[in-house]
Amino acid sequence: MHVRSMHFKSNAAGALANVRLQSVLKRFGGGFVERRATARLAYGIDAFEELRSASAAIRDRALAALDGWLLHFEEQATRRGTQVLWAEDVEDARRLVLELCARHGLRKAVKSKSMVSEEAGLNEALAAHGVTPVETDLGEYIIQLAGEAPSHIIAPAIHKDKGEVADLFARHHQRPRLDDIEELTREARVMLREHFLSADLGISGGNFLVAETGSVAIVTNEGNGRMVTTLPRVHIAITGIEKVIPTLEDLSTLNRVLPRSATGQDISNYFSILTGPRRAGDLDGPEQMFVILVDGGRSGLVGGELKEMLRCIRCGACMNHCPVYQTVGGHAYGWVYPGPMGSGSRPHSMGWRRRSTCRRRRRCAGPVTSPVR
Amino acid sequence: MFADDYSDEEPRADPRVGLFVTCLIDLMRPRIGFAALQLIEAAGYAVHVPPAQTCCGQPAWNSGDRVAARSLAEKLIAEFEHYAFVVAPSGSCAGMIKTHYQDVFRGDAAWLARVEALAAKTYELTDFLVNVARIQKLPGAFRGTLTYHDSCSGLRELGIKDQPRDLLARMPGTELREMKDCETCCGFGGTFSIKFGEISAAMAETKCSHIVASGADAVVAGDLGCLLNIEGRLRRRGDETTRVLHIAEVLAWKD
Repeated sequence: MHVRSMHFKSNAAGALANVRLQSVLKRFGGGFVERRATARLAYGIDAFEELRSASAAIRDRALAALDGWLLHFEEQATRRGTQVLWAEDVEDARRLVLELCARHGLRKAVKSKSMVSEEAGLNEALAAHGVTPVETDLGEYIIQLAGEAPSHIIAPAIHKDKGEVADLFARHHQRPRLDDIEELTREARVMLREHFLSADLGISGGNFLVAETGSVAIVTNEGNGRMVTTLPRVHIAITGIEKVIPTLEDLSTLNRVLPRSATGQDISNYFSILTGPRRAGDLDGPEQMFVILVDGGRSGLVGGELKEMLRCIRCGACMNHCPVYQTVGGHAYGWVYPGPMGSGSRPHSMGWRRRSTCRRRRRCAGPVTSPVR
Repeated sequence: MFADDYSDEEPRADPRVGLFVTCLIDLMRPRIGFAALQLIEAAGYAVHVPPAQTCCGQPAWNSGDRVAARSLAEKLIAEFEHYAFVVAPSGSCAGMIKTHYQDVFRGDAAWLARVEALAAKTYELTDFLVNVARIQKLPGAFRGTLTYHDSCSGLRELGIKDQPRDLLARMPGTELREMKDCETCCGFGGTFSIKFGEISAAMAETKCSHIVASGADAVVAGDLGCLLNIEGRLRRRGDETTRVLHIAEVLAWKD
């Protein structure tokens, strides 16, 4: 992705002057915050704090011996038929995906949400090499039609109102303009169905990598992730090296904290643990499964001042709670990961000196990284 | 700012409260300092105000000037460490001492020991009055409706939430009308308001809408930084009537 975070101030000024965006941001406001608070209360405040501590400990344990757990993951994944590929940076990751496309003769990629693929600018690269990328997460689909980047890591089109989506759909789907959210969603579903059935490549991210089984775990709400990872003949999961955790037991703990922190759900609608390609006798699943493990500056954080940032489980709670994010939206940050965590990690991944928009107000309530509330 | 009555030399293991006035209050609204002093005395403590005190070092620290921050922190520690308690009418400054000094002195064991000892006896004013002094009788009387803004540092670094409300509830003439999103930042954020003025102003605007919507006569907070920011925005909006008061002023209010 083209980085524009050095222009934060002018980006922010534009966001503040954008009446439509401001109205969307005000409406979005507390929704996620309230849902998380409710989920936390229902779980029990003390129990939830214990869960956060346990999650942090799991992440620390994995990160303290990151190389070892990654090799263990590779060994277990390989044993179950997954091919593990290593990318030192996002350019490497892009090249690996393109090579796989060429080698397997792949022409259309359906994608479920992957922020690392945003880091890598994968869609542009695929399109430039004759592979049509289709985002299938509804929010990602919307912004792909709009030619924009996500403005929130779990709600990528949060900056768009219903009218904008209706206009986009009418223009791109060549159908009458719809006004009802449910109908708009149904129309997207119909359009996406075609793509699911005709794609030969599925690209997903990975919320967690489970070392003991070599599995990629994916948390989604729309079911698109499951189609992406089971229908096309090749599945590529592309994710950061910091996502590895030791055991399925650890996954169980983290999967209690992630949906509650992200959307206030006890559990997401879909939770997939993908362990290898289709085996003999399996009814579905890809013929080949690849995992691309991307460093992209992450290993440079290990053991350093910002090492705790690697614990991040990408729930988005920091953005939801950040008053700066709430005021200017995600695009002003000019980088794939907006908000508090993104501001902290971006300079590092770019090799810049650290300069943050953070006001140290500590509203950001990241479940695993953040010290307060 | 304070008269010499409150200063003397070379106290050791002083049982009194050392009042850290904070530079902002000293320079911008010293009556808050006097109100704090009155409150601590009303709670039964003798108060000492080290006359050469300046700043806790937070602006320097947040701007990355570690050398200046450390030199101010060393000065503050030397001036205050012999008191039984150190009280500041600011969650932000008390939070700096209690939670950030350990980073300022990271790796320096001798200073860290002094930091730890000081942090353990440093309190934000309302926290001190409620949880240490267990104040019985408040010296002031205030009539009117109030809405309370929870300042970020006090709330999230020190857990200042119930203390001011507990104290206000004991004032017969006051009525608390909570505003929407009372825990959300007013947009000040110290140097943030200078570096990112437009965003800060937008956040202040949101805060002021909530204050006005609460219908309260006055907005009250525990940090002057927030109050100056809020007052500036309120007046810019043309609101000349909503009073903007520090919690210490309200608790010590005399008509």
